[in-house]
Amino acid sequence: MHELGLTREIVAMVAGHAGGRRVRRVVLEVGTLAGVMTDAVAFCFDAVAEGTALEGAVLEIRRVEARGRCRRCGAEFVRETLHSPCACGSFDVEGLTGAELRVLSYEIGAPEAAAEGQGA
Amino acid sequence: MCETCGCSDGARTTITNLTAGGAARAGGHDHAPVHDHVHDPARHHRHEHGHDHPHDHVHLPDGTVVELQESVLAKNDQLAARNRAWFDGREILCLNLVSSPGAGKTTLLERTIREAGARHRFHVIEGDQATANDGERIRAAGAPVVQINTGTGCHLEADMIARALGELAPPFRSVVLIENVGNLVCPALFDLGERSKVAVVSVTEGEDKALKYPHMFQAADLVLVNKIDLLPHLRFDLDACLANIRMVTPHADVLQVSATTGAGLGAWYDWIAARCAVHQALCDLPDRDGPGARRGGGEKPTA
Repeated sequence: MHELGLTREIVAMVAGHAGGRRVRRVVLEVGTLAGVMTDAVAFCFDAVAEGTALEGAVLEIRRVEARGRCRRCGAEFVRETLHSPCACGSFDVEGLTGAELRVLSYEIGAPEAAAEGQGA
Repeated sequence: MCETCGCSDGARTTITNLTAGGAARAGGHDHAPVHDHVHDPARHHRHEHGHDHPHDHVHLPDGTVVELQESVLAKNDQLAARNRAWFDGREILCLNLVSSPGAGKTTLLERTIREAGARHRFHVIEGDQATANDGERIRAAGAPVVQINTGTGCHLEADMIARALGELAPPFRSVVLIENVGNLVCPALFDLGERSKVAVVSVTEGEDKALKYPHMFQAADLVLVNKIDLLPHLRFDLDACLANIRMVTPHADVLQVSATTGAGLGAWYDWIAARCAVHQALCDLPDRDGPGARRGGGEKPTA
């Protein structure tokens, strides 16, 4: 539901930071438990970027694996869901990674005119 | 941060002070600066920008990669932090009530205002996509209320709360109750500056609600299981519901209530009172980093 709004925020943030320069690539980091559908962000991105400094830019999304640490036994493990239990049976888990929703970087420059690479 | 949510080009948020006679103010979608009344005491009068503007626009050649490392929610989070500081400075306890539509948030607030209004000075911010119906109910129950209509937006954001607070003007040591838009998905991502989220789930929903919407339940400090008066008429496994909530959020307090009959609400009022006491004590500490951890900050109220 909220991915269009988030995508607008991403485009506005990068366009503002770029200060008028064209941007041809944006690298976004999204944790697997961030509560964000990356497909929906990717789907919205081209339309939202149209008419901005990011028009035609490539959006690269890097997923971050969600890891947690058991508060009972201290084990660290990969969390498939927010309520994946530790192997010891405890659901009391501290999230370490997986909630990321960050623009890592962007690349200055006009997008390559060539159509190849589009949709990559 | 736009308040739009995937479906809302041209959405307009309106903020209506029902207590002051119901004059509608167009809120707009114009990202106006935060309302003047809202200042972070720690950053008095310093206008915060969501990001740095590079002023050396010169000559970055094509291909230059600029490291940004900024949270997409940074702007909302900054505004929420400002709201939180505003609340703390006034020792106001702010609770953000979230649930799916129809779980009984408004009925709960009405009864809470009527029954516990003598203990706490409740002020309410009502969030709905459209209509002032809920706000009118709250006003009739006797609390000052500001209605936010999000248009097609599916959740409240921190800047809307900042603007609503300018209208609501809650006094020192009051309790601000925010009734979020009925939605268990999007409001989980958007901090409003509240001290705690309170999730309401009713027994007419599924036992597995917490498993289906773990982000929201995990963000809650209190889960109210509402409409327990209906249990005799339903095939609802209360124990399974409670076990699922516990699985998703082992540390949250859980109370069983009926906003219709009043069953269990004494424990909810005690929870509010305990939170107020802890919050005010922490706000009073001379050397604080804000009122403590969101969880475990004090004694548990009676379960």
